[in-house]
Amino acid sequence: MSGFDITVRLASLFGGVCFVLGLHLMNSPATARRGNQVSAFGMFVAVVAVFAEVIHGGTMTATRWTVLIAGALIGAAAGLYSARTVKMTAMPQLVSMFNAVGGGAAALIAIADYAHDPHLPAGTVTATVLDVLIGSVTFTGSLIAAAKLQGYWSQPVAVPGGRPLSALAVLVAAMASVWTIAGPHTLWALLIVVVAALAFGLLMVLPIGGADMPVVISLLNAFTGTAVAMAGFVLDNAILVIAGALVGASGGILTKLMADAMNRSVINIVMGGFGTGAVGTAAAVGVGGNVRAVAADDAALQLAYASKVIIVPGYGLAAAQAQHELRELAVLLEDRGIEVSYAIHPVAGRMPGHMNVLLAEANVPYDQLREMEEVNPEFERADVALVVGANDVTNPAARRPGNAVSGMPILDVDKARSIIVIKRSMASGYAGIDNDLYSDPKTAMYFADAKKGLTSLVSATKTLVG
Amino acid sequence: MSSGFVGDLTVFVLAILVGFEVISKVPATLHTPLMSGANSIHGVVFVGVVILSSFVDSPLGYALTFIAAAFAAANVVGGYVVTDRMLQMFRKRPAPARIDEAD
Repeated sequence: MSGFDITVRLASLFGGVCFVLGLHLMNSPATARRGNQVSAFGMFVAVVAVFAEVIHGGTMTATRWTVLIAGALIGAAAGLYSARTVKMTAMPQLVSMFNAVGGGAAALIAIADYAHDPHLPAGTVTATVLDVLIGSVTFTGSLIAAAKLQGYWSQPVAVPGGRPLSALAVLVAAMASVWTIAGPHTLWALLIVVVAALAFGLLMVLPIGGADMPVVISLLNAFTGTAVAMAGFVLDNAILVIAGALVGASGGILTKLMADAMNRSVINIVMGGFGTGAVGTAAAVGVGGNVRAVAADDAALQLAYASKVIIVPGYGLAAAQAQHELRELAVLLEDRGIEVSYAIHPVAGRMPGHMNVLLAEANVPYDQLREMEEVNPEFERADVALVVGANDVTNPAARRPGNAVSGMPILDVDKARSIIVIKRSMASGYAGIDNDLYSDPKTAMYFADAKKGLTSLVSATKTLVG
Repeated sequence: MSSGFVGDLTVFVLAILVGFEVISKVPATLHTPLMSGANSIHGVVFVGVVILSSFVDSPLGYALTFIAAAFAAANVVGGYVVTDRMLQMFRKRPAPARIDEAD
């Protein structure tokens, strides 16, 4: 190995170390931004190193440069534009798009490499097939996920004959994979793998409901990482293997955390269908007659004379874009010396940790954002728990067996001394069952859209304590 | 099975373990930036595209390289920029606004 090769290898090792350190610095909000910069610097070094390598190799022709640079400039401009302009509520869609293009690029590398070299060793062809399979599934799966998150279809889409079609896609992909690995070199077999995997990605994500998106995005993120690692095997390049493995691990952990927080298994979500017949309204407790509705003035009074308030934001808040109004109310209360904190359920929002970003954007300091395990013991000391746009994650029925939310980790909102729920109607949440919290004698229901409701609460509080 | 393949497999398995170790310590508050940051890291696929571009020689190869370069560059540039944008919004509670100056 020449001195040049060694330098290039060491530079890529440095890049890998930066990725690990960058992720490590993400474990505290105070250092997270620096972590991302460390990771970006590692990426810069790795890219410079690979450019040096190909220039040194002397195989770059004018055509090759043109193709590479033209593609890169177009992609970079598109990436930069979307990163600068995306709204924070639309973050899950953007992350999904990046999963799609990352997985797509990894699959394309494997296809082009296979088409170029008919004499690949069996190990490399296996990695090629895995890369193409995972990358293609990720590509269509993520595009569908992004489209769903964008609201083109938020409801699960029932594909006629979806299950048998998925099974067929898996079977075809498996057979074509074996043919590619064991048979003679032919691009046709690999193209069948691509088509079958693309179809499977579509069929897998189409029937999955909007509320399962945190799990789906995490899973597709893990897939993308794995596809990139496989591209590293194809090209025998360590930095791709390292980075891909790190992302695969990260996506895997988040997938597990999200599925646990929704009380469901990953398999169950991917197979589709929550509340689609399997779970009825078996344990619906007679909510209806004994619900106490209040007006803005009463709710404001209750809040203004509390000494400790815990706010429970849910996706309804984000959907109504009311995080700024919520922050305004919280500041009013804090100015009166009231202790305010926010209880965040792990699946509040459309991707892991989404609610925290939305509240951070509304200038809520991160030390007020409390995780479920940390905040649950505090509810009993809270004078008021203010629930805005969250439903199933506050349902005490989760502690009883025999219903759709049984065993689901919840926020112990019912332990607070009093509860105010801002909600448009008595409609049930995603799990399709009534929320026992609403019929609790301590609970006051303030029926309003999150944004309008909070605006009226703010003005009522101002008049009251003016 | 080539030694390169076994070497890559070793790196792969160890990197997954390191990933589990490092990432399981990230608090839920930062899960969205974490995923977005991980997203930028898989933008390293751009390095793979550069290597690919150094040996493709058919119209099909050029076309695939062009698309892959666009995909990977969007991934890596967009990923880092949006993660940074998100993380700069995470602020601490502002220090007590003013301390009354007593004479």
